[in-house]
Amino acid sequence: MTAMVKSEGVHKSFGTVEVLKGIDLTVNTGEVFCLIGPSGSGKSTFLRCINHLEKINAGRLYVDGELVGYRQKGDKLYELKDSEVALKRRDIGMVFQRFNLFPHMTALENVIEAPVQVKGTSKAEARERARQLLDRVGLADKAGNYPSQLSGGQQQRVAIARALAMDPKLMLFDEPTSALDPELVGDVLDVMRDLAESGMTMVVVTHEMGFAREVGDSLVFMDEGVVVESGHPRDVLTNPQHERTQSFLSKVL
Amino acid sequence: MTDKFEKAPADTPPAGEVSTSESATPSEAIKAIPVRHFGRWASGIIVIALLVALVFAFSQGDIQWHAVSDTLFDSSVVKGAGRTLLISVLAMIMGVVLGIVLAVMRLSKNPVTSWVAWLYIWFFRGTPVYVQLLLWFNLALIFPVLNLGPIYKDEMVDVMTPFMAALLGLGLNEAAYMAEICRAGLLAVDEGQTEAAHALGMSHAKTLRRIVIPQAMRVIVPPTGNEFINMLKTSSLVYVVTYNELLRSTSAIGSTSYAVMELLFVASIWYLVMTSVFSVFQYYLERYYARGSSRSLPPTVFQKIKTNLLSLRSDGSAR
Repeated sequence: MTAMVKSEGVHKSFGTVEVLKGIDLTVNTGEVFCLIGPSGSGKSTFLRCINHLEKINAGRLYVDGELVGYRQKGDKLYELKDSEVALKRRDIGMVFQRFNLFPHMTALENVIEAPVQVKGTSKAEARERARQLLDRVGLADKAGNYPSQLSGGQQQRVAIARALAMDPKLMLFDEPTSALDPELVGDVLDVMRDLAESGMTMVVVTHEMGFAREVGDSLVFMDEGVVVESGHPRDVLTNPQHERTQSFLSKVL
Repeated sequence: MTDKFEKAPADTPPAGEVSTSESATPSEAIKAIPVRHFGRWASGIIVIALLVALVFAFSQGDIQWHAVSDTLFDSSVVKGAGRTLLISVLAMIMGVVLGIVLAVMRLSKNPVTSWVAWLYIWFFRGTPVYVQLLLWFNLALIFPVLNLGPIYKDEMVDVMTPFMAALLGLGLNEAAYMAEICRAGLLAVDEGQTEAAHALGMSHAKTLRRIVIPQAMRVIVPPTGNEFINMLKTSSLVYVVTYNELLRSTSAIGSTSYAVMELLFVASIWYLVMTSVFSVFQYYLERYYARGSSRSLPPTVFQKIKTNLLSLRSDGSAR
């Protein structure tokens, strides 16, 4: 198994506040990797470091064998240009807690935007593919709707389709169901489950323990900027070894 | 089954008052004596009386109304109005383009560009546009020759025509105001939008052009419309740089034909027509940039008239 994401002693501070205090973990290709933990534990920040939305302060972070945000020559690190960072982000899809769909575009336009503007795919081709993707997330009939005309769950599924349109090799999910009404969570999780079955490598920050247990291949419990416990989701969730994991799980389960 | 159910409520209302309500409980339309608003009546009468007095005063004034109607469509007046429109539109385009550039400069991470933009806004907002017009018009006093090296060289008086002075004076001043409007618009777009675009691999420039600016427009357009209406009126100041716009062409006729006030009326009518026409245009522009932001677009003027007429036809019972 090859490593899609490899993190070695990653540190991140906002001003004087140290949010990540040395994260070591490996996400293997094709696996569903779940990050859980209390709010403020740094799990979302870590996710955002993976596609360089946040700059790390120390340690090394690799995606598909390449350093994130830097180029190493000898023992010197060179910061990547914005265009080089953008090039790497093409291969990493991201789904946000607040969806962040483009409100001035229809669902279909949201999905074709990046392929047409970034990859230079022809509009006809992108549209054809976008319809397939919208169909895959169960929203073929909503292609012409603006985000404000869709429910939260539908918006999030369009957001997933939008990320998939770039044919990413890695998908990042930042609490994708936390902003949804309870009855809409299921639809989004179904789409994610379907995606996991197709073999996509996924890093999922989530509070959905059921999803983590059923779909996850690995699970990491983070607290106060460090990895407290990791292992197979079933083991960690049913038989947590660490006291902090136990107290967290007793509150959320 | 369904037939029976639909018939049921029709039986319940008591004979006599016919209620359109379908609710099961019998209800009569309320007939009560409305509250008398004596204050409204009194203030209405006072305002109408003042209006009548004003109209009466004008009817008694020494006004040659025929001079108004004779010169309203005089070719030099119409040309003047055309020039007012031309200089306003061109100065506004200059202001918007330069304003967007300044706003982006102001928000950039580069301290030099940000500071230069601040300095520009400080100067052009801090001095009166009237003074700026005179500065451009008299530029030849300090730079007799415009020398752009190998590209261009000419006498400044030939370059700085009244038109150029008017355009630069109005346009550069407007840019300072537009910069602040655009900056507010760009800041109003949620940061998540930029993040989402970046996460998809879009460059800074593309993110700005495709994602941020179209959304900022919704915030930018209404105050920009106000700016344009202001510009139509402020353009009368270019009188001072001898550009032959509406005010200058009407007062030229006014002073030769001894109908000063009458020609000022003519100018006012033209200004009102132009600002009114633009207000309608602005409404449609705002409607365009509101797409996606609300579930249904606000009705156009014609749609409003149509629904109003329909509601009249149905006994005024519609909302």
